[in-house]
Amino acid sequence: MASKLNAEEMGIAVPEPGRSPSARSGLVPKAAVAWIDTVGRFGESRVSRGLQYVLLPLGIIIVWEILCRSGAVKPMALPSPTKVGATLWSFIASGVLFIHVGVSVLRVLEGFAIATVLGLVLGVGVGISKILARLTDLIIQLLRPIPPIAWIPLAILWFGIGELSKVYIIFLGAFFPIIMGVIEGIRQTDNRYVELANVLEVSRWRFIRKVVLPGALPSIMTGLRVGLGSAWVCVVAAELIAAERGVGFIIVDGREMSQPDVVITGMISIGVIGKLMDVAIKTVQGRLVRWNTQYAGT
Amino acid sequence: MEHAIRRDLRMDDTNGLSTQEHLRLHGVSKRYRIKGGEVLALQEVSLSIAAGEFLTIVGGSGCGKSTLLRIIGGLETASEGSVSLSGRPVAGPGLDRGVLFQDHRLLPWLTLWDNIAFALADAKSARSKNSIQEHIELVGLAGFENAYPHQLSGGMAQRAAIARALVNRPEILLLDEPFGALDALTRIQLQQEILRIWQVERTTMILVTHDIDEAIYLGDRVLVMSNRPGTVKIEIPIHLPRPRPRNSPWFAQVRQSIYREFFTENEILPDYVV
Repeated sequence: MASKLNAEEMGIAVPEPGRSPSARSGLVPKAAVAWIDTVGRFGESRVSRGLQYVLLPLGIIIVWEILCRSGAVKPMALPSPTKVGATLWSFIASGVLFIHVGVSVLRVLEGFAIATVLGLVLGVGVGISKILARLTDLIIQLLRPIPPIAWIPLAILWFGIGELSKVYIIFLGAFFPIIMGVIEGIRQTDNRYVELANVLEVSRWRFIRKVVLPGALPSIMTGLRVGLGSAWVCVVAAELIAAERGVGFIIVDGREMSQPDVVITGMISIGVIGKLMDVAIKTVQGRLVRWNTQYAGT
Repeated sequence: MEHAIRRDLRMDDTNGLSTQEHLRLHGVSKRYRIKGGEVLALQEVSLSIAAGEFLTIVGGSGCGKSTLLRIIGGLETASEGSVSLSGRPVAGPGLDRGVLFQDHRLLPWLTLWDNIAFALADAKSARSKNSIQEHIELVGLAGFENAYPHQLSGGMAQRAAIARALVNRPEILLLDEPFGALDALTRIQLQQEILRIWQVERTTMILVTHDIDEAIYLGDRVLVMSNRPGTVKIEIPIHLPRPRPRNSPWFAQVRQSIYREFFTENEILPDYVV
């Protein structure tokens, strides 16, 4: 899973002045040691941490801009960041972008909601019933590797080219990560708690409600997070089916009009919305599993 | 030898034990099937425990003492023999027997209050609420009702587990090395605590431990178990008045007699015993 990078993970070592390994070895010039130590302290401060997040993307954009202006890259293959920025701004200013994003987000939420309900219900059933697990295992394992895009022809045959087929594709994208998360989480129920529930003669239903489900929650939330990400990825695939609106449509439209800046605008929107959705679900996750001391995200 | 100890210790017989039989084990054996054969974990253990008695069972690791406790608790079944509680045969776990595990086994997502309420089928009733509050106070955790297990120290968590084990008012409390995971100071504190609770509640208690001092400090009777197969090697009634000063000569005498059981078995330190 893509985790947010922070200064520590980026490997910026923070040696104490005079104690850095480079200083001890004596092989590195003093000036270089001083520089390394400065960078070390620099890497630690809050402002520089923020800078580190944007440093690489900013650098890529600058190089990209330079390549475009120097004529090394043809505008028809890759328009310059300023051109893309202008297109993006015109989409925002005219409000067109929000219509497309709104339509796509709604579709994703519909597909995701259905996947969540079915994934939870079936997942809990499969998780707690050995028989149900045996009955469904082969089907789940065979259907899971089929990419949602491969379903498009059948989806059109079954549901037409309207909303339903798109929601179905998104549903497929979200369903399997969610049900797998639920099943995995339930299977991880600590046997010691099973024993405890036996000793206390806790009813099966209360055991599921108080022990199994809360215990499975971290895994369920991970499944939901992966599922939402997958649903969002599937939106483009779904909107390739004769859509008239949506971020996928922006891309299709941009391609047909030979406007790569429009295509990239659509891509950027997908990226930004996807990131925002992930932040949102991660926040929910953090709230719900606050008891989980292993949780060290955000 | 055994005789001598018994006579010596009968100096102060103030316990006034009830002689009413509460729990009875008759010829209990336990076999485990392992790869390429069977292991005899327990061999024909018979014992009788009086109502309100505090029995401690001491033995090395792997002697089957925990297995014995789990059979009484109904978490495992005996391969042979029978267990009966107040005359009724024991089959499976039941609320008449509370269990305190070595790990506190509190559910990390529930508050202390909810963890104790978990033991009660009707936790929302006024009677249950009273009982929960009463037991939280009994173990000295008033004020921590809304704390989560990770916010409690090991000793506090085990206290909460004691409250949960007692909130159903079981006839017998089975304690499976309950203080083994705690530091020495907390362990002594909780030993005093469980003694106080036992004196208040008069629940029959069976405590399994590898800590000889703990067994002597707490028990009306100490059962020493031998290793593989687990059998009751010797039974030592302790008639010292409570609380028992751990460095008194009598305490040392009992301790040595138990040490001797272990070390003669392993044929080491033959001269250790005074």
